[in-house]
Amino acid sequence: MSIHVEFVSPERIIFEAEAKEIIVRTTDGEIGFLPGHVPFVGVLAVAEARIYDADGSTVHSFAVHRGFVEIANNHCTILSDVAESANDIDRARAEVAERRATEALAADKENADAANALRRAQVRLEVAKKAS
Amino acid sequence: MELIAATRVAKAQTRANEARPYAARITGVIEDLAKGGASASHPLLEAPEQVRKIAYVVISGDRGLAGPYNSTVIRAAEREIMDNQSKGVDYSLILIGKKARDYFRFRNYTIDAFYEGITDTPDYDSAREVAEYVSEQFIDGDIDQVILVFTEFVSIGTQKLAVRQFLPLESVTTIAAAGGGGELTAEFEFEPSADGVLESLLPRYVESRLFSALLDSSASEHANRQRAMKAATDNAEELITKLGRQLSSARQAAITTEIMEIVGGAEALGGDDDDKNATIQQILQTSTTSI
Repeated sequence: MSIHVEFVSPERIIFEAEAKEIIVRTTDGEIGFLPGHVPFVGVLAVAEARIYDADGSTVHSFAVHRGFVEIANNHCTILSDVAESANDIDRARAEVAERRATEALAADKENADAANALRRAQVRLEVAKKAS
Repeated sequence: MELIAATRVAKAQTRANEARPYAARITGVIEDLAKGGASASHPLLEAPEQVRKIAYVVISGDRGLAGPYNSTVIRAAEREIMDNQSKGVDYSLILIGKKARDYFRFRNYTIDAFYEGITDTPDYDSAREVAEYVSEQFIDGDIDQVILVFTEFVSIGTQKLAVRQFLPLESVTTIAAAGGGGELTAEFEFEPSADGVLESLLPRYVESRLFSALLDSSASEHANRQRAMKAATDNAEELITKLGRQLSSARQAAITTEIMEIVGGAEALGGDDDDKNATIQQILQTSTTSI
């Protein structure tokens, strides 16, 4: 048994696969799905999403910035504005973004935009490390 | 230009098709929420008791030469505004595309927001920008209703003008019903909660609806332009044949006159008949080769 998983962005379907396990992070915390999971809808946090291929050969890692996850009848849909695979991430850009956000945050601790940007950059870098 | 427009239509159509899964899935999640008993209270769902000000989001093109595409949406919007003004309802204009701006500015309408450069190949970020602006105004109570005026892409041969209510959204159950049901599943679990999900989902839903309107309009614009340019090419070809014929007959008339003059001139010079014929022959030869 496997889960059919789809990453859907507003512009197109980014990624599709058969998976044996999916791990994402919702606003309440990390959650893993195995085949046969009860129907579930959750709001995603800015974090990494991991998909374990059904044949166990590869682990796909994505940086997901806000969105939703829906799972029902072994069919999983991840709706997200931005989902980048490890190979697509521009590490240099993410590093620059991280530095800039850190500086902005140091100047103004209440700056929510900077805090979000920092979190996004950190997730990107974390995912980029796993690039093959 | 016809060929350029033709490739653009194909591209715009693929983009519109690629965007469809997201819109379908988001409606799917709303269905789940309706089943899961999410309460139907959200600022974007609430209709004010009295409508005093309606905002019109008009999607037109940045460029002309697209047949009736721009004027159709613009006129429809103006008609709506006038109808509602006669009922004492104020208007607010949110314009996408230079053509709409030019029209309404020339007629001294107040324009509240204007976006350009997004209709050729709309991206999701610009859809989000417009949707955020509109939702904000709506939630703050500055406007009581939002109407979207755009062109629906039915097929390459048919595009329809669409005037739709955009905000407030229909109730969650109506959206779910429009999605077409789907098989019954066990109870859903929600994280953080059904209402929590709904709260972050509805703004996305608004964005995705605006985005698909933009994509539809863009495909329609290119299709209209292709048709207009095809008509223009056909007309030009007809004109070329007509003018070509005119040119030939004028040229032939000129040659005939010239020959007549030469013959007349040679006759006037006098001399032997043989001599005359030889000179005429010679002159004719040189002049026809030069013609």
